[in-house]
Amino acid sequence: MLPYVIRRLIQSVPILLAVAGLVFVMFSVIPGDFASTQMADGRSVVDAEQVARMNTQFGLDDPVHIRFANYVGKLLTLDLGTSFRTRQPVINSLLERIWPSLQLAMAAMLFAIGVGVPLGFLAALKPGGWLDMQSMIVAVSGLSLPQFWLGLMLMYGFALILGWFPSFGYGDGNPRYLVLPAVALGVAPLALLARTTRAAVLEVMNADFVRTARAKGNSEARVMRWHVARNAAVIVLTTLGLQFGSIMGGAVVIEKLFAWPGIGSLLVDSVSLRDIPVVQACILLLVLFFLIVNIIVDVLCALIDPRIKYT
Amino acid sequence: MLKKLVFTTALTLAAFTLQSQAQEPRRGGTIRFTAPYAASFVSNDSHVSNQIQDEIYGYALHRTLYKWDSTNNKPVLELAKSVTTSADGLVHTFKLRDDALFHNGRKMTADDIIWSYTRLMDASKNYPGAAYIRRIKGAIDVQNGASKEISGLKKIADFTLEITLIEKGEPGFLFRTATTSILPAKEAQDPNFFNKPIGLGPFKFVEHVPGSRMVFERWEKFYVAGKPYADRLLISPMGEAAARDVAFRNKEIDVSILGPSQYVAYQADANLKKGILEVAEVFTRNMGMNPTYKPFSDKRVRQAINHAIDADLIISRLVRNKAYRATSWLPLSSPAYDKALKPYAFDPEKAKKLLTEAGYPDGFEFEWTASPNESWGVPIVEATIPMLAKVGIKVKVKPVEGSALGGIVAKGDFQAYIWSNTSGPDPLTQMKCFYSKTPRSACNYTTFSNPEVDKLIDEAGATDDLAKRNEILKKANAIVYDEAPVWFFNYNKAVLAHQPWLHGLQPNATELALQYYEDLWVDASSPAAK
Repeated sequence: MLPYVIRRLIQSVPILLAVAGLVFVMFSVIPGDFASTQMADGRSVVDAEQVARMNTQFGLDDPVHIRFANYVGKLLTLDLGTSFRTRQPVINSLLERIWPSLQLAMAAMLFAIGVGVPLGFLAALKPGGWLDMQSMIVAVSGLSLPQFWLGLMLMYGFALILGWFPSFGYGDGNPRYLVLPAVALGVAPLALLARTTRAAVLEVMNADFVRTARAKGNSEARVMRWHVARNAAVIVLTTLGLQFGSIMGGAVVIEKLFAWPGIGSLLVDSVSLRDIPVVQACILLLVLFFLIVNIIVDVLCALIDPRIKYT
Repeated sequence: MLKKLVFTTALTLAAFTLQSQAQEPRRGGTIRFTAPYAASFVSNDSHVSNQIQDEIYGYALHRTLYKWDSTNNKPVLELAKSVTTSADGLVHTFKLRDDALFHNGRKMTADDIIWSYTRLMDASKNYPGAAYIRRIKGAIDVQNGASKEISGLKKIADFTLEITLIEKGEPGFLFRTATTSILPAKEAQDPNFFNKPIGLGPFKFVEHVPGSRMVFERWEKFYVAGKPYADRLLISPMGEAAARDVAFRNKEIDVSILGPSQYVAYQADANLKKGILEVAEVFTRNMGMNPTYKPFSDKRVRQAINHAIDADLIISRLVRNKAYRATSWLPLSSPAYDKALKPYAFDPEKAKKLLTEAGYPDGFEFEWTASPNESWGVPIVEATIPMLAKVGIKVKVKPVEGSALGGIVAKGDFQAYIWSNTSGPDPLTQMKCFYSKTPRSACNYTTFSNPEVDKLIDEAGATDDLAKRNEILKKANAIVYDEAPVWFFNYNKAVLAHQPWLHGLQPNATELALQYYEDLWVDASSPAAK
């Protein structure tokens, strides 16, 4: 298993470099640069001389291929560069934001797993039944509701009308602040997990080995736990890994809406101010999270299902 | 109409002055402010960012040589008790306060101001405040590396500072924004200083949770006796208007800046309506026309555009009356605002006639660069399309991202653009944006050139008599209005909603979100009164 994990980690390097290259190219071709964003408020004037100085300071007046070579060179030594806005190392900004982002992602994932998996499982026990119908309504709604709108509705309902939770902010680690953003972020993966779990359980329940297990006289609870749930878990886990990407992407919207101090809100501000080193670092970090989570998922799948062998 | 607007503005100022006089300020409690222009603050260093978002916290932590007097709409001395100016109007000698203490208890001296201003000219850092400091004699030499000291800054004594400017002008307009904050010279050189910065402001820094909040507590030794009133100040960056709306209604924040749709909703609500502060800000929304695009080189075409668009209709329907009709470049709150000027009348027939005279009887087509902004972007352009079509002008919209607009305009890469530009508070500085020698990149975006305007601006700059200067600038403003280098759309009406327990807000026409927190106080009905 260990060689597999190491191989996957090594394989991640070209993926990260490809993403870095893509982001670099994107921000090289879209209009606007850091210097000109400084006058976006219509109040500040940044004259040509200042623009030239800023571009020299940040190395933006070099040809694109030189800039890219410099960037990759630094990246290979784990130097993420200096933020144009703060004039501080990018790593400082990331370190400030990683923990809140992870908190939110984990809470959203826990919510999605905690509700979505049992819901899908129960729905599969009686296909076409009341619970199945209800769970599918939840699933379809969850997948189709825009996260921004859902977040606002949660704010109105649970903060403004019921007063159960604060509508925004990070608090001092108080979990009450985490509830609404986590739910808003977790609903879409919840819906998908519910549907996937239902389909996986239904498929496994009709498999020959389940019929054999029942024929051997195993109790229904044992069949469900040891044969159905375990085999369905592999499919659900794989979906879970892929959904982590959707959670990290959704965090960009949700963090801004709820004034949550994570990587997502940092990314939004950095994009609008063309703070390219920070944008590149944020995107790389999000991709890295995604790759690591999927490696963990693969390992878990192998642990759950002995048929899966990684060499 | 204009009289009514001026009267309303005056009434707002008077009402706020009376309100603050009528109630005895209460000490204690927490002010829960919001910074509405982004999801975070850039850093703990006020010199680094020129964004209003960062200035919002800068007003709590720092002080500048001058401050903005919102009631009288002019800069006033803050860190100095008096100033004398030489006969040539270039040398200003400041008697500094001897009671201004940094948050570590050390007295501010002239050295701190000299160090702070010199820091701003560090070319390797490109601090935005350098744009102001470079007006001090010798500042550019520091920026160019030719000198380590600004020759125009001279310490006469610990509390006496001489500043020599390179040209005449009111120094109050240069040294009042948080980008020119005074930092403690010795302490600020510590590499860890900005982890927990200190300043001269009414509140001490407690913590910054990036992307979430900045927390401050009262500086007991602030030099204004009895101020600040509140014990604590909490500023939350909240870039999403909808989220601010919920938080405000939920009484989690004390203020919120409103956009046009929220403005309508708040006005319709009997309770929320009571807590609305409106100010004519010094921003003029306009469509700039590039004279290198042939049709726009003709004054009659530019005037025709001003006549062809029904600006009043757009202001009432789309901007929801959250703006005042522009009657020239200098806005209502400018000391050189010209009440005599009337807005271009909506008159399509006159527009057609002007176009015919200019050689465009069948109109022409142009590309209009616009950002998505709801008050001065694509939605406004779309509303003008059928109006311009009626006089034969076809518009092709070129949408661009808000943050890219400035760069595009400064490079001249447009036929027309729509933007909201500052038009104050200093009328002389603003009119220089129509001075022929001012390059496009330094705010003369339409490369306006008119010898008569140049002459008047030179004259205004040469006079020491403020009233006379304003009269001269009015004349220049009137010529610009007639030349119509832009479509004069509106002046921003900034709207701030505040909770009934928050008092002492200032109608700051330079930017309503910028408040001097030492004047704010919360009464006992605030949820954060204790």
